[in-house]
Amino acid sequence: MKKSVFLGAMTVAGLAAGAAAAGTLDDVKARGTLNCGVTTGLVGFAAPDANGVWDGFDVGVCRAVAAAVLGDPMAVEFVPTTGQTRFTALASGEIDLLARNTTWTFSRDVDLKFEFVGVNYYDGQGFMVPRELGVSSAQDLDGATVCIQTGTTTELNLADYFRSNDISYEPVPIETNAEAQQQYLAGACDVYTTDASGLAATRATFENPGDHVLLPEIVSKEPLGPLVRHGDNEWADVARWTLNALITAEELGVTSANIEELSAGTNNPEINRLLGTEGELGAMLGLEADWAKNALMAGGNYGELFEANIGESTPIGLARGLNAMWTEGGLIYSPPFR
Amino acid sequence: MTTLTDPPKGNFRLSQLIYDTRYRSITIQVIAMILVLLGIFWLVNNTIQNLSALGKDFDFGFLSQPAGYDINQRLIEYTSQSSHGRAAIVGILNTLLIAFLGCILATILGVVVGVLRLSKNWIVSRMMAVYVEGFRNVPLLLWIIAIFALMTEGMSQPRDFKVGGDASMILGDSVAVTNRGVYVPGVVLENGLFGLAVLNWLLILAVLIASIVCIRLLSRRADHIQESTGVRPTTWYQQLALLVIPVGLVLFFMGAQLQFPYLKGFNFTDGVHLRNSLIALWLALSLYTGAFIAEIVRSGILAISKGQSEAAAALGLRPSRTMNLVILPQAMRVIIPPLISQFLNLTKNSSLAIAVGYMDVRSTLGGITINQTGRELEGILLMAAFYLVLSLVISGVMNVYNNRTQLQER
Repeated sequence: MKKSVFLGAMTVAGLAAGAAAAGTLDDVKARGTLNCGVTTGLVGFAAPDANGVWDGFDVGVCRAVAAAVLGDPMAVEFVPTTGQTRFTALASGEIDLLARNTTWTFSRDVDLKFEFVGVNYYDGQGFMVPRELGVSSAQDLDGATVCIQTGTTTELNLADYFRSNDISYEPVPIETNAEAQQQYLAGACDVYTTDASGLAATRATFENPGDHVLLPEIVSKEPLGPLVRHGDNEWADVARWTLNALITAEELGVTSANIEELSAGTNNPEINRLLGTEGELGAMLGLEADWAKNALMAGGNYGELFEANIGESTPIGLARGLNAMWTEGGLIYSPPFR
Repeated sequence: MTTLTDPPKGNFRLSQLIYDTRYRSITIQVIAMILVLLGIFWLVNNTIQNLSALGKDFDFGFLSQPAGYDINQRLIEYTSQSSHGRAAIVGILNTLLIAFLGCILATILGVVVGVLRLSKNWIVSRMMAVYVEGFRNVPLLLWIIAIFALMTEGMSQPRDFKVGGDASMILGDSVAVTNRGVYVPGVVLENGLFGLAVLNWLLILAVLIASIVCIRLLSRRADHIQESTGVRPTTWYQQLALLVIPVGLVLFFMGAQLQFPYLKGFNFTDGVHLRNSLIALWLALSLYTGAFIAEIVRSGILAISKGQSEAAAALGLRPSRTMNLVILPQAMRVIIPPLISQFLNLTKNSSLAIAVGYMDVRSTLGGITINQTGRELEGILLMAAFYLVLSLVISGVMNVYNNRTQLQER
């Protein structure tokens, strides 16, 4: 009897300890690395290079957050996730941040209990077909076999688009982008559909990219952004303002080239606040004063990350389009650092 | 007064719970029970606490929400507007289909290979040994992916079948083997009795079963005549007629027609489309499990003493009849119990369907639905319950069969 009371007490104590979860920010600092969920490999967004070092646009966000929190952009443990495993990985605490071109939707934000910290790429769903099929519009795809990544919003958009246009299709569900690429190139599906940026990135890795065309239809809004677990506001703030720092830096003309010079102090108080030479913004986030400087040193500002990974000078060759600064007719906009 | 009349009896002391063999076992059982209950309590409590920490509830209401995604292989009516519950049923039916097809092919393969591996022909027995060892010792997932890759990469695309293309249909333009699957002719009922196609097919199935029952009765009658007169009446033409004519008549009146697949637009239409995923999964599961069943069959045959086959030979039975009438019926007693677990293995292994995108219950309920609704716990519990029930049903049915094949000892 006494033994069971003792065991019961131990159980309750164990539960109490388990339930009182520490903040993610403290966890990351204590661990010394950031666990960041990325794709299993999508060139330009997140893929390991020839030396096995992860590189890409989404990876840049991970490295910026790691640099802001830990002062070291390389202190990131990358966890490759598929469309189906990413949310479980985040909800279970296996990863601290998910930067995996994930679409911000109502149900993911509200029902799945995640917190999107912003948008780092405004995208839309497109279709890619081999040029020799002679298809010029998605309306011509009646009866086509379509490769689609399962567990994505594109899967739902695809069903909606074909149903609302009253055309039939045969879905071929696949797990990863690499698998889709292989199936598509083998001709097991006529069409590959995913976010237009993903299509461009995938096509860039083909032997003959010119043999494949992206159809003009963009059938959905896909605001892609990094996300964290719901309910840990301190950590969400860190991720959100790191992303905002990258965007604000581009707006203010702070680049990795001139950052050392600017962080000595400037006449622009917003640059000073951003780089920590004025005000207490870093301390308010629970970070060092030079957090944003570290984040910017990791891979440059938003524009630099874009150009280096997916911009027009890269094989992927995406134009800024909607992802230009708001001052240049795009949608990329950050609240002020004040 | 009471102190005088009470019989003297030993006082029960607490230490007896440990040192007295009469009570010790009870003590141990009670403690074990408490530990198990505490463990369960902890698991459940932990789950509830963590769910509330995540801000999630436990609710199966998502099953009636619209699913929103499409499923390529569906045995019942389903659109993207159907509910998640219906998507789960579509997946369950696909799992049942692959398990059923797989068990049948694996059994046929296993019995044939198991018998042939004991053949006196050196080449035949060695070839069977290579098959068994090759499939038994390479992970199933590799076979599934290998067959799938072979189908996808090795076959022609549907557009190669166009006039002037470098691929053509086989078997008199009735079957098309493409890298999206195999298209075979299908049967359609022009004027079925019921509006729902499923009901028509169930009717045909019922007629077929009735025919088979009649055939059994007929051959039992032939047995009786043989036992009493020694002459077995010739019944094969009656049996054939019973099998073919009723089903044929029903099919004729329902206007059954053979529909051949033909190329239209991007893909073949009409006919039955056996998708790559189905073929890869079916073949790999059957070949893999068949290798195990072959070993089980071989062990069953070797368990029958040599005297049995010698006695059969002495009676003048041919080797094939010895195998069918003497050896296999006795070997069944040894074969059935391990065969049950192979069937269970095959059924559960079918959840590897995820590797090739076959839309079984793991891919619909356990994959897309969980992902879109975030109901991991409910989805996994439902899936576990389904596999549990399915496995129990299979082993229950097979146990009934096992009891019937056991020696009737008196």
